[in-house]
Amino acid sequence: MPDAQGTTVSRPAARRSTQRWLPWVKVAVFVFALAPLLRLVLYGFTDRLGANPVEFITRSTGTWTLVMLCITLAITPARRMTGMAWLLRVRRMLGLFAFFYGALHFTTYFWLDQWFDWESMLRDVTGKRPFITAGFAAFALMVPLALTSPHAMARRLGGRRWQRLHHAIYAIAVLAILHYWWMRAGKNDLAEPAIYAIVVAGLLGARLIWMLRRPRPGARDTL
Amino acid sequence: MSTKKSCLRGTDIPASSITPRDIAMGRRRFLQASGIGLTGLGGAALGVFPSGAQAADSPGTGLAKLTATRNTRYVVTDKPTDIKDVTTYNNFYEFGTDKSDPARRAGTLKPRPWQVAIEGEVKQPKIYDLDALLKLAPLEERIYRHRCVEGWSMVIPWVGYSLAELIRQVQPTGNAKYVEFVTLADSKQMPGLSYPVLSWPYVEGLRMDEAMHPLSLLTFGLYGEVLPNQNGAPVRMVVPWKYGFKSAKSIVKIRFVEKMPLTSWNRAASDEYGFYSNVNPDVDHPRWSQATERRIGEGGIFTPKRKTLMFNGYGEQVASLYQGMDLRKFF
Repeated sequence: MPDAQGTTVSRPAARRSTQRWLPWVKVAVFVFALAPLLRLVLYGFTDRLGANPVEFITRSTGTWTLVMLCITLAITPARRMTGMAWLLRVRRMLGLFAFFYGALHFTTYFWLDQWFDWESMLRDVTGKRPFITAGFAAFALMVPLALTSPHAMARRLGGRRWQRLHHAIYAIAVLAILHYWWMRAGKNDLAEPAIYAIVVAGLLGARLIWMLRRPRPGARDTL
Repeated sequence: MSTKKSCLRGTDIPASSITPRDIAMGRRRFLQASGIGLTGLGGAALGVFPSGAQAADSPGTGLAKLTATRNTRYVVTDKPTDIKDVTTYNNFYEFGTDKSDPARRAGTLKPRPWQVAIEGEVKQPKIYDLDALLKLAPLEERIYRHRCVEGWSMVIPWVGYSLAELIRQVQPTGNAKYVEFVTLADSKQMPGLSYPVLSWPYVEGLRMDEAMHPLSLLTFGLYGEVLPNQNGAPVRMVVPWKYGFKSAKSIVKIRFVEKMPLTSWNRAASDEYGFYSNVNPDVDHPRWSQATERRIGEGGIFTPKRKTLMFNGYGEQVASLYQGMDLRKFF
């Protein structure tokens, strides 16, 4: 959400103190979000990626895409419940990290796994492997969101249109869960996808409940 | 790649030219001790060096040795997969569905004492003690390619003898058309059984002529040692021209039956896992291609996958078993 929507704290004193430590919070969030990649690089250089490194990298980047998506989706409910408005100021970065890990995940697939076998990938995406269709759709939907993340793009689109576009994150989260679920269905083991599904269902369900409770069209609270 | 078939005759590479495990391990220890290891590893991860330079802190499994004569008819030119990968990257759902689970959790399995019951359509039904089974025929070392249905492969020096040796001893009756393998299902020893991932016990099966084929190996060891628990101790099947899951692990019962057994994976998803499950690059798994495979431990992350060979490269030996069959239908 653009800050222009009036989401900052109202009291000037609180705003001043937030402005003092917010940059540090952003640095901390950045380092935290980059840690999974640094771990992969470290593991790569110390032979800790296991017997099938490409599989390890694929799974790790996929998991972290999902985690970043969940954290991004958790910002609004967390802000509503705690009143900590500054949370919104790190949401864009977290969303971009979700895209970043999604892009690494996709790159691992088309490069390290498929080795640019476009024909085989086209078959995967167009229905041979439905879980890849779902995953690809989720990634494709993330691209316009990442491209319109800069403030300038939000201004050019206009708040309302920008907001509507970025509601696509709900579809992305559902597709990501489906992707993970179908992938694991081959293993007949759905314990982990079920955990993520419950988290995403909770995060989206909370929004649904708020929307139904306060159906005012001009509601200031962002979903 | 089709030329690979000839390798099985063992003519183009003498068995002696394959690096024995202890020498390979010694070299690895040297790499680690000299500090070349770390840089070598980085290189390996980046695909600069072949995986031979990849370090393993494993000094072997440390299990009891199994004396076996190398069978030079069953030698492949492919480099054997590092023992560390062979013993830490396993599908053995009785210990969990993650491939690292069996190595971590199979310590609870007691491979001794062990008995294997021979039942069904045989003139000599009996219960074999493991030691009796080990002595039934001379042990051979055979280096086989191993292809998992998930699209990865290894090359493993197994120790065992042809299942046919056992079958000849127990004398199946004319009614025996299939062999069914029933594997251990003891929740005290196998934590994975508490999850209904598959119907336990795990059941696999072969047609009689497949079971009698000299390549079908009743297996007791790998890399010159007894099987580690995670690899199916103390006795398992290895059927190298089929996907790995056809090779039942930790076998407790071998039944000779008239009807095609309902195998565990066939029961769980009959459209995805057929009874035959021959390695076939032309018949995709419903959810992924089988045209290529990732050879575990080969090169670094930038090494492309290999093309999968029909019957995993054993076509010359086994294709005749399936003459006249539509392998798309009988997948």
